[in-house]
Amino acid sequence: MGKIKKTVYPLEEILIRHFSNHFERLSSHDIPKVTKMRREAMAAFQQTGFPHKKMENWRNTDMEGVYEEELAVFDREIPFEKALSEIFLCEVHGFEARVLSVLNGSFYSSEEEKLTVDKNGVIVGSLAKAMQEYPELVEKYYGEIMQQTDGFKSLNTAMAADGVFIYVPDNVEVENTFQIINILNKPKLVINVRNLIILGKNARLRLLHCDDSVNHHAGFINKVSETYLGENAELELYKLQNLNNETALLNQTAIHQSANSRLKVNVLSLNGGLIRNEITDLMNGEGAWSDIRGLYLMDQQQHIDNQVFVYHNMPHCNSNQLFKGILDNEATGVFNGYIYVARDAQQTNAFQRNSNILLTKTAQVDTMPHLEIYADDVKCSHGASVGQLDNEALFYLMQRGIPFDDARMLLLYAYADAIIKEISISALRISIEDMVKRRLRGDLSICDRCVLHCSNPASPVIFDIDLSKI
Amino acid sequence: MLLNIKNLHVSIDGKEIIKGLNFSVNKGEIHAIMGPNGTGKSTLAAAITGREGYEITQGEIIFKGQVINDWSPDKRANEGVFLSFQYPIEIPGVSMTNFMRTALNARREYRKLPPVSAGDFLRKMEEKKKLVDIQSKLTNRSVNEGFSGGEKKKNEIFQMAMLEPELAILDETDSGLDIDALKVVANGVNQLKSGENAFIVITHYQRLLEYIVPDFVHVMYDGRIVKSGGKGLALELEERGYEWIKEQFDD
Repeated sequence: MGKIKKTVYPLEEILIRHFSNHFERLSSHDIPKVTKMRREAMAAFQQTGFPHKKMENWRNTDMEGVYEEELAVFDREIPFEKALSEIFLCEVHGFEARVLSVLNGSFYSSEEEKLTVDKNGVIVGSLAKAMQEYPELVEKYYGEIMQQTDGFKSLNTAMAADGVFIYVPDNVEVENTFQIINILNKPKLVINVRNLIILGKNARLRLLHCDDSVNHHAGFINKVSETYLGENAELELYKLQNLNNETALLNQTAIHQSANSRLKVNVLSLNGGLIRNEITDLMNGEGAWSDIRGLYLMDQQQHIDNQVFVYHNMPHCNSNQLFKGILDNEATGVFNGYIYVARDAQQTNAFQRNSNILLTKTAQVDTMPHLEIYADDVKCSHGASVGQLDNEALFYLMQRGIPFDDARMLLLYAYADAIIKEISISALRISIEDMVKRRLRGDLSICDRCVLHCSNPASPVIFDIDLSKI
Repeated sequence: MLLNIKNLHVSIDGKEIIKGLNFSVNKGEIHAIMGPNGTGKSTLAAAITGREGYEITQGEIIFKGQVINDWSPDKRANEGVFLSFQYPIEIPGVSMTNFMRTALNARREYRKLPPVSAGDFLRKMEEKKKLVDIQSKLTNRSVNEGFSGGEKKKNEIFQMAMLEPELAILDETDSGLDIDALKVVANGVNQLKSGENAFIVITHYQRLLEYIVPDFVHVMYDGRIVKSGGKGLALELEERGYEWIKEQFDD
């Protein structure tokens, strides 16, 4: 039986060519393990190519438009000229954050801040730098959490050169919120970014992970984040996505949960041409707990895809998934919630719910629960709904004198509130509330949809970094 | 005249439900509308409040001298029309406080008044809650969510007290109420009654009318008001049922 010849897309060729032409530069910061993984991953990518619509998990998300694009690979460091925060940070009051900027896929900071260690031993900074300074730490976790289940993950493993590295030692609670800001500022880039986040025993961290556009350039971001939670560790992870309509973002996050660790994820997709969030929660220790929520507000021809995989590999774990979305115009959405309960994972509680409001007849959503349960002492449930705005409620509000637009807003906002109210950082919650309100009212332009640059919402952020110099 | 309805015809999905109804209400009056199920009582309430899907094919609804046939529900509400719903809607995620403040300010904006201050608003909430014996803190509760049947109806009257309408329509406010709750609701209505407002009380039974005493009683049948009288008519209906009305008007 002969193999069917797969289509080789322009982007695939560009990537493969870049890999062979620039391998040395690509791997210049590597520890040997990573270099070895690159070669294997590239071989795997060449074998499988990009995911396509015939694959079960890709049935409803079509990335062919991206594959056809002539995007340029950008894998170089940008010399530090000016802190991004000077032009990009917003005054969110009472919200102390350590900002970690990733510009076009590279950690962007002054040399002193490339990788810092504080008095508690918390290491934060560039992954490329961490490979040189803490090779044993990176070696232990890198590539161990995210499985290369499709071409994008292989591609990322082969080509990602940098990203964020965070290490929180045992028994350390990080007070500040860490905020990763990913930005592209050059037109037509394909970027592979890799983050590695490690929390030791009893460690605690709050992490806000923002993907933003600062202009209208097209781009494709293929991101892999590996996160390790030690015993009894706790991570609150917020993902805020606010991209232009030309950008495709693939956010692939895998989390290893040790015994009694706690994970809270809140994915807020406010804007973006094509966004796919994959969250793989590996409950590998007894008594692990997770709550994974998401809110998506898409319009025009935007596409959102949330794929949540929860693996109950050990007994006595609790997981909860709640994703809510509002789709307007011709926007399309996908929710794929997967719960796996291993044979010995007794006393599992696993819940999942996805609900959608379609504001137009042309908006569309595909929602699919998958449950695979091999244990018998298990409480599992799933539910999905797709509906319109409640006309009865709308009339009720209007009968009390509230005009249609306000009544509609109030209902949509109330609908989204179940997700927003879970944001524990109050300054962030207030900003998000405000953004969601303005988003729902439809009076936001792309460049001020982000909490980060409300300093001057009237004009997009312009970088004065001269890219031609590098 | 506060409300004047002339030769009203209303259809739902092309089916005529109200078939030439004439009815008028002056300030200071309480009108009861009675009648068997399916005769168009709730349709009349929907037509007056401007509910979507209730098409006025003929006739006029005149409120305070203006024809309101084409007005949106919120405009009618802000002009002073209030409906106490037969089945109040639960709205998860919208707190009672936020809801009432939004409604009150919408009305104030409509009347070109500045928004109510937080302090004044909360004082007003506390005052009006007492009127219908609402004990719970409404602040953190979503609109009608988890309310018992009685609480929902009390909540309707509470909202009425907050919004101070000129014309209040009570659509089967007595249904699902025990006698104690009924008294509380009726007491609230009686306290709100003044020479400047009017009430239309839609009900099947005379029971509510023992507590909210009407000036006029109308019987609706087959989309029309077929009989009007004083409060004695309600007692007669209680005694004799609706059969004699049906016999009188069915062909």
